Amino acid sequence: MHPALSILFFTTLAGAAQGLVFTLALAALFGLAMAPGFLTLALGVAEVLLVAGLAASFMHLGRKTRAWRAVLMWRTSWMSREVIVLPGFIALVAIWWLSLQLGASAPWSWLLPALVLCGAVALWYCTAMIYACLRFIEEWAHPLTIVNFTLIGLSSGLVLACAMAALAGEARFVQVFGPCALVATLAAWAARDLALRRNAGIRHKSTLQSATGIRTEKLVQKSMGMSAGSFNTREFFHGASLAVLKNMKLGFLLLAFVLPALLLAWGLASAAALPWLLAVAVQAPGLLAERWFFFAQAKHPQNLYYQVV
Amino acid sequence: MMQWLKDLMAPSSVLPPPQPSAGRGGSKTTQRAEQGETLAKQLALVIDLNVCVGCHACVTSCKQWNTSGSAGPLADERPYAANPTGTFFNRVQTYEAGAFPATETIHFPKSCLHCEDPPCVPVCPTGASYKRKEDGIVLVDYDKCIGCKYCAWACPYGARELDEERQVMTKCTLCVDRIYDEHLPKEDRKPACVKACPTGARLFGDVKDPDSEVSKAIRERGGYQLMPEWETSPANQYLPRHITQATDARE
Repeated sequence: MHPALSILFFTTLAGAAQGLVFTLALAALFGLAMAPGFLTLALGVAEVLLVAGLAASFMHLGRKTRAWRAVLMWRTSWMSREVIVLPGFIALVAIWWLSLQLGASAPWSWLLPALVLCGAVALWYCTAMIYACLRFIEEWAHPLTIVNFTLIGLSSGLVLACAMAALAGEARFVQVFGPCALVATLAAWAARDLALRRNAGIRHKSTLQSATGIRTEKLVQKSMGMSAGSFNTREFFHGASLAVLKNMKLGFLLLAFVLPALLLAWGLASAAALPWLLAVAVQAPGLLAERWFFFAQAKHPQNLYYQVV
Repeated sequence: MMQWLKDLMAPSSVLPPPQPSAGRGGSKTTQRAEQGETLAKQLALVIDLNVCVGCHACVTSCKQWNTSGSAGPLADERPYAANPTGTFFNRVQTYEAGAFPATETIHFPKSCLHCEDPPCVPVCPTGASYKRKEDGIVLVDYDKCIGCKYCAWACPYGARELDEERQVMTKCTLCVDRIYDEHLPKEDRKPACVKACPTGARLFGDVKDPDSEVSKAIRERGGYQLMPEWETSPANQYLPRHITQATDARE
């Protein structure tokens, strides 16, 4: 598949924001002592990331002014469900932020974080199911897709939360969630590695023979039916060389998981803010590379009809 | 009340029937088929690989008819440059089967297969993609499509093409704006590609009617579906090539 920049930015930005809000909600629910300014500031950052993600998702649409129509088919379409849950989640986070500004007490002080927690999980599930429900894109059609979207979102959100806490001098927050960030990053690495191993071993169900019904062993395409490409050759092929693909894989494993994990370990040992900030800076391009590879690695069965690309 | 508010509040089953064919006298009573519903009628093409000569007449006649319709022209970018591209609902590909010298050249027309269980329909977030209850044609309502391309991802056959100029998803309509048009003479009420094929490689009809030309062809000549492994039950089927023995030896 061709990785669309709009979707890369949307899923990574929203994923990190969900992880950040998830962390803050846990902190609030467990009554972790935080400076009142820190929580509202961090929620504000999450809200900015979410809105930026929403804007990026709009860039994917050919007809942006009709975007509201995408809520209609929630009975059958995971994309429709996502389109409902995303603004709902943004609104929930905004309400929680507002309730903190207004100093609302129980039950809002526990109800809103709990709702936000559910919203983050629901959004991860909807986003991942958009890909996991396409049964013939075999690289995606697996529960690991959901696990990866969730764990990578959690890891990036926890790292971001800890970096902000370290900057704001919230030592207790870093003490509690720093180890969580390290565990989430290692878990995300393990799950992503599992998916990579699974995908490397896939034997695709469709072949050129099943696609055309011509049952000879040797079957060669001589013409794709056009001279200079079509939607089919643009949308479903990444157009990158094998070397780029390999480097991208190595790059995202290093930048999204290995280096952040090392930096987190350093941050936990030293109690300085620098390693946390470095971890955010290193992980951000890694997350984009990871999502790029997620798309590029998916082999759509329609590509069988376009053998000469 | 604003139309979009009405749409939003109406349950999907009573959505106003989309009328992509209204401009050319199409059926006014279109209803959407439910997912997994068995239809009484299913229009489809049966393509005879034995006689297709790869002339692309079906491709050009399809483009001509569909670019002249009420939905507006199909994109045609850089048509006279070195790298022309654009929207086509139908393409003819060519394959070479077997090892030299026993090779066969097979021309392979490819368009939307109007699956009986179309995976592109339920994934559409807006309901722009739907399958007609009365004849099983899978259509896109261009006025509702947001151009998210998700349906194209969900089609294993690559049958859908985003029109780069209109930014909506397009696909074969089985010439829905032609086959019911009572202003046309009866023999012309067929998809443009079928009318254009000089060798009669494209048959058109109801595959649910056991006595139709297409059903007989499928039955008697080993019609098959593409990618049966995904259980989409494509309505369009293909008739395999078979080598005709020379009969001139004793003449």
